[in-house]
Amino acid sequence: MNSVKESTSPKRGLSLPVFHPDFMAEAHVASADAALHAALDNSVTKKDYGRRSSLAELPDADGLRQLAGDIKRHTLDHLDYYLELLERNVIKHGGAVYFAATHEEANGLIVDIARRTGSKLVVKSKSMVSEETELNDALIAAGIEPLETDLGEFILQVDNDHPTHIVMPVIHKNAAEIGKIFARYFKTPFTDNPQELAEMARVYLRNRFNQADMGISGVNFAVAETGSIVLCTNEGNGRMCTSRPRVHVALMGMEKVIPALDDLPVFLKLLARSASGQALTQYTNIITGCRRPGEHDGPEELHLVIMDNGRSRILAGEYRDTLRCIRCGACLNACPIYRKVGGRTYGSVYPGPIGALLTPLFNGLENHKHLPHASSLCGACFEACPVKINIPEFLIKLKRDEVRQGITTRPERTVFKLWAWGLRHAWSYRLGQVFQRVVLRSIGSKDGWIKKLPGPAAGWTAQRDFPMPAKHDFRYLYKQYRADAKRGK
Amino acid sequence: MKVSLFVTCLTDLFAPDVGMAVVKTLEYFGCSVDFPTGQTCCGQPAFNNGYPADARALAVKMIDVFHDADYVVTPSGSCCAMIRDHYIELFHDDPDQRKLAEDFVARCYEYVEFLTKILKVDLSTLSLPENETFTYHFTCHLRGLGATGEPAIRLLKQLGGAQFTALEKAEQCCGFGGTFAIKYSDISGAMVRDKVACGDKTGAQTMIVNDGGCAMNIGGACHRMGASFRVQHIAQIIAAAIEHTAGAKAS
Repeated sequence: MNSVKESTSPKRGLSLPVFHPDFMAEAHVASADAALHAALDNSVTKKDYGRRSSLAELPDADGLRQLAGDIKRHTLDHLDYYLELLERNVIKHGGAVYFAATHEEANGLIVDIARRTGSKLVVKSKSMVSEETELNDALIAAGIEPLETDLGEFILQVDNDHPTHIVMPVIHKNAAEIGKIFARYFKTPFTDNPQELAEMARVYLRNRFNQADMGISGVNFAVAETGSIVLCTNEGNGRMCTSRPRVHVALMGMEKVIPALDDLPVFLKLLARSASGQALTQYTNIITGCRRPGEHDGPEELHLVIMDNGRSRILAGEYRDTLRCIRCGACLNACPIYRKVGGRTYGSVYPGPIGALLTPLFNGLENHKHLPHASSLCGACFEACPVKINIPEFLIKLKRDEVRQGITTRPERTVFKLWAWGLRHAWSYRLGQVFQRVVLRSIGSKDGWIKKLPGPAAGWTAQRDFPMPAKHDFRYLYKQYRADAKRGK
Repeated sequence: MKVSLFVTCLTDLFAPDVGMAVVKTLEYFGCSVDFPTGQTCCGQPAFNNGYPADARALAVKMIDVFHDADYVVTPSGSCCAMIRDHYIELFHDDPDQRKLAEDFVARCYEYVEFLTKILKVDLSTLSLPENETFTYHFTCHLRGLGATGEPAIRLLKQLGGAQFTALEKAEQCCGFGGTFAIKYSDISGAMVRDKVACGDKTGAQTMIVNDGGCAMNIGGACHRMGASFRVQHIAQIIAAAIEHTAGAKAS
C-alpha cells in the first residue's frame, strides 16, 4: 500500500486546513462571550452529564473503556495487517478499495469515481474526515454538486461555515440564527421554531436524495474480518446516502479499522454513550458490500477510500495512541476550556482537547504553538475518553518537543532554568521565597490583595486579585510552634 | 505514626495557616509530625511546561529529603499527583533511582486521602464553633490520585454544625493550571468566574478547596468579584473544630 508517503499539500501545505490561525485573538473574543458560554453549558456540559449517567448504567464502564483502548492499540500495532485484511474482504463483497497518501489524493480519487460514474449530484452523510480533506471544495471545483444531508452540516453548508464540534457541528448557532439562514436560503418567512426548521430541511433533502447519483459517507468503524463499513447516525440521512444513490463512496482515516465483528459491540456500547449519553445511535448501519445479483436495492457500486494524510507519521512515533480516537467528542464536552472558547478558537477541523493534540501533530507544532499550552491539564478529557487516550500527558510531551525544537522563547527557557536551579537548594529556595514576600508585600493593598502584578504576571491580575504572601511563611510559624511546645506553652 | 509534612511552595508562602492546620490536626489524630527543612518544590511547573530534566533534578531532591519518612503527607492534591503520576516514569532509564522513586511514591499521600485511608478518622465527636454551610470544589488533580470528592465531603458532614450544599459543575476546573492562568488569562478568567458564580449560587459560607493553586485562583476571583463565600482548606475547618471541641471540654 502506498500510504507511508508524507502529506505535502501544494494547495495548503498542511495536512489539516487552518480556518482561524490566530488562537489568542479568537480566545480573547470567545472567553468574553457570555451567550456562547451559556449555549455551550446548555449543550456540551449537559451531554457530559449524559455521558456519565449512561456509562454508569453499564456494569463495568471503566473495564470496557480499557478493553476498547486495548483493541485499538492492538489494531494500531498491526495496522498494515488489518488494512490489508479489510481491503481483501471489501473486494470479496464486490467493493473497490483505494489508499490515499494525502488529502489531495483522497479528493482526487473521489472526483475520479464521480466522473467515471457520471455523477452530478452527491449527497453526503456527516463525515469529519471529509472536512479534513475539504472534499466539498474539490467536488465543486470539478463541477460536481455536493450536498450535506446531516441537518447541522446542511446548515453550515448553506451558510458557508465550518463545524465547531466533532459530533454537534452547528453547536455555535442558535435557532434564531438558523432561522435567518433558512429564510434567506429557502426564501420563506422567518421562523425560529426548531421543528419547522427541521421540516423545511427534511422536505428539501428528501427530494434531492432521489436525484442524487452518488452518496458519500464517512466510516465510524471498518471491520477487517468481514469487510464491513459501520455507520452510526441519528438522523437516518446516512442510511439514505448509502442506499438510495447508484454509487456509495466511503472515506475513512486509516486508523478507523477494527479487527473483527466481535469487537464492534465494545465500541458501539461506548460511542453513543460517550458522544451524547445515548445507549445507541438511532441508526447503526453495517454495510457489507454493494447490491448483489438478485437483490432489489442498495448501490450498484461501493468504493472505500482509506486515507493516510499524515497518520503513518504519527503512527511511527510516540504519539501512536492518539490514533485510537473514535471521534466521539466526549473530551470536548468534558473540557472546561472548550466550554469557554468553543470550537472555532482551535482553528482547524478537530477542536477541543483531542484537536489540541491532533492539529499540531498533523500540521507541525510550529504552526499551532498555542494549542498544547492552552490547557489547564485538568484531566477531564482523559477521564472522559472511551479509548483512554491520555491527552494531558501527550500535551505535556508536545510542550517538551517545543522546548527541544527551540519553539519556545529564550526568555521563557531562561526563566524555567533559573527557577528550577533555584529550587535545587534549600538556601536558594528560601532566598527566592523571601524575595517574593518582600516584593509582593510592597505592591499589595491594605486588604491583603494585589490588584496589579507587573510584567508577564499581569495576566493574573487582569482577571482576579493575587494574594499577598503572609507576614510569616510556614517555616517560621512551624519553628515558633515547636519552640512554644518545648517551652511548654 | 510518624508523618513528614510536604508543605509545598505555594502553601509555604501564601497559606502558612493551612500548613499549620495540617500539623495540628495530624497531631490531634495521634501522629508525630516532622517537617524536613530541605524540601523545596515537587517540580510540577517544570514538568508540565516541558522541562522533564529539571523536574527530574527536583524529584531527586524530594526523594532524598524524605528518604527516611514513614509517610509523606501534603495538603495539595496536584503536588501529590505530580509525585504519584510522574516520578517513577521520570526515571525510566535509571533503575536505581527508579527504585527509590517507587519506594517514595508508595509513601506519599494527599491530606484527605491520608485521613480517610490510613488514619481512618471519624470526626463525629468534633463540632464547629458556629453552624456553617459548606460547598466543595473538586480539585482536578485528585483525578491523578484516582480519588473523588466523596471522602472530603463525608468528613465535612461528620462535623457537628456543618451543613453541606453541592456545587454545580463541582468537577469543572477553576482555571488555575499554573502558567496557564497567566498566559491564557482570558480563558482562565472566564473559568474562574464560572466557578465563583456556581459557588455564590449554593449560598454556602465556605467553599472547601484542597489545593494551594486552586485556592489562590478562586480566592483571588472571590475578592475581585465580591463573592458571598470564603475559600478554606478542609484542614483549617477540622483544626477549628478541634480547637472548639477541646476548648468546650476544658471549660
